[in-house]
Amino acid sequence: MPHPPVGEADVEKVFREEYGRAVAVLVRYFGDIDLAEDAVQDAFTAAVQRWPSSGIPPSPVGWIITTARNRAIDRLRRESSRDERHAQAALLLSNEPSHEEDAVPDDRLRLMFTCCHPALAPAAQVALTLRLLGGLTTAEIARAFLAPESTMAQRLVRAKGKIRDAGIPYRVPGARELPGRLRVVLAVIYLIFNEGYTASAGERLVREDLCAEAIRLGRLAMMLVPDDPEATGLLALMLLIESRRAARTTTDGGLVLLAQQDRGLWNRRLIEEGQALVRHCLRRNQPGPYQIQAAINAVHSDAEHAAATDWRQILQLYDQLMAIAPGPVAALNRAVAVGEVEGAEPALAIVEGLALDRYYLWHAIRADLLRRVGRYQDAALAYDAALAWTDNAAERAFLQRGRDAVRPH
Amino acid sequence: MKLYLLSVYQPDGNPPSPEVLEPIMRKVHALREELKAAGAWVFSGGLHEASTATVVRVKGNDVITTDGPYIEGKEHIGGFTVIKAPDLDAALEWARKSAVAITLPIEVRPLMDQH
Repeated sequence: MPHPPVGEADVEKVFREEYGRAVAVLVRYFGDIDLAEDAVQDAFTAAVQRWPSSGIPPSPVGWIITTARNRAIDRLRRESSRDERHAQAALLLSNEPSHEEDAVPDDRLRLMFTCCHPALAPAAQVALTLRLLGGLTTAEIARAFLAPESTMAQRLVRAKGKIRDAGIPYRVPGARELPGRLRVVLAVIYLIFNEGYTASAGERLVREDLCAEAIRLGRLAMMLVPDDPEATGLLALMLLIESRRAARTTTDGGLVLLAQQDRGLWNRRLIEEGQALVRHCLRRNQPGPYQIQAAINAVHSDAEHAAATDWRQILQLYDQLMAIAPGPVAALNRAVAVGEVEGAEPALAIVEGLALDRYYLWHAIRADLLRRVGRYQDAALAYDAALAWTDNAAERAFLQRGRDAVRPH
Repeated sequence: MKLYLLSVYQPDGNPPSPEVLEPIMRKVHALREELKAAGAWVFSGGLHEASTATVVRVKGNDVITTDGPYIEGKEHIGGFTVIKAPDLDAALEWARKSAVAITLPIEVRPLMDQH
């Protein structure tokens, strides 16, 4: 039968979209992460061989899951060393009808909670989530986090070993634990996004993939826990930040600050989606840190040009954020809003009181405020300090321009 | 069902006064009854202080016996419970209850499956 030509890119697309689903279903079948991963890999290898001649099946993920399950059963039969439990599972499964896709959302949610279990270290939670739900290779994760591949591989092996040996469960937590556990899941997703967005160094393409992956995971989290307004807030926040990507850098990779960005380059579709989610959160009126940060970004997105920004509303939102989730970084961002509403002097007073001298943005914001109050020599020193704290080429170029502007004539 | 070791880490030195200790022991006893009623209790015991420990090492044909615990430190295992639990979350919940009762940190470690 004739069918449109199928290339590796088509299989790659299915892989990106469906790898996590397939692994989640296979983990439920076999209770073994390594076996699930191997089987799903096998199935995609088979797809690369088969689909070019057979065409893409009507349900690609169904085909992958069925193939992976059969491959896993084959593996279990071959490897007699695997324990009795697996053999029994395999026997049971050979007769089970396959309605793989029905229970899929729950399977991915289960896997998400397993990957983000608080008994695992944060770095391991991030790596596992990207590996099992995102389908990133160990090498890709290592590159994205500037870690040697061997270190990342070891981290994944150890984490999977702990899940298996300590009996970290594969299920959605009970009502009592759920809120706390969900916070961890959202924090992991935001960590992935931030690593992609505000990278201290590294390859650009991989970084953009991380943001796209975080947004995909954020959509999944919102779909799986629609009752949690913070899951919605996190997705809105990521979409609104992501909407400015094209405007954030010049063609040669230079950094463009919010105030100087060409707002025509902002992605209207992402802004509209993000703002609709923010409005949805406002109607529910159960504010949380992600929702408030999303609202702040929504105010920026509303302004047609920088001078039209409603800084009073932004300052109010930062006051609200500081009331429920105080922290030095939130205080620093609030100081920027104070600088716009009340002037550079009071903003500088706030900035000077924050113990953030290991954070390049603290130096950068302080440098800008010092320049605005006319203390050029101090500003030059602050720019130098900021330059010493970042390796990102775009950010360095931006800081260097500020440094040049206050150079003694 | 898996087996987990719940260890209590306690500071060396004089035990707390009876007024402090007595309500703790009452809670620990109540928790043990709760574990037993739930079918989760396997074995438990409190240990004499770490200074009563002896370490035995073999080097070639020699046996070297030394006084004191294997690891020097200001805190040592003061007691333990082996429990049966379906998964780590269930074990962590028993650990939470233990930590509340004993007011000391609890370390949870899975035992290997017995073949």
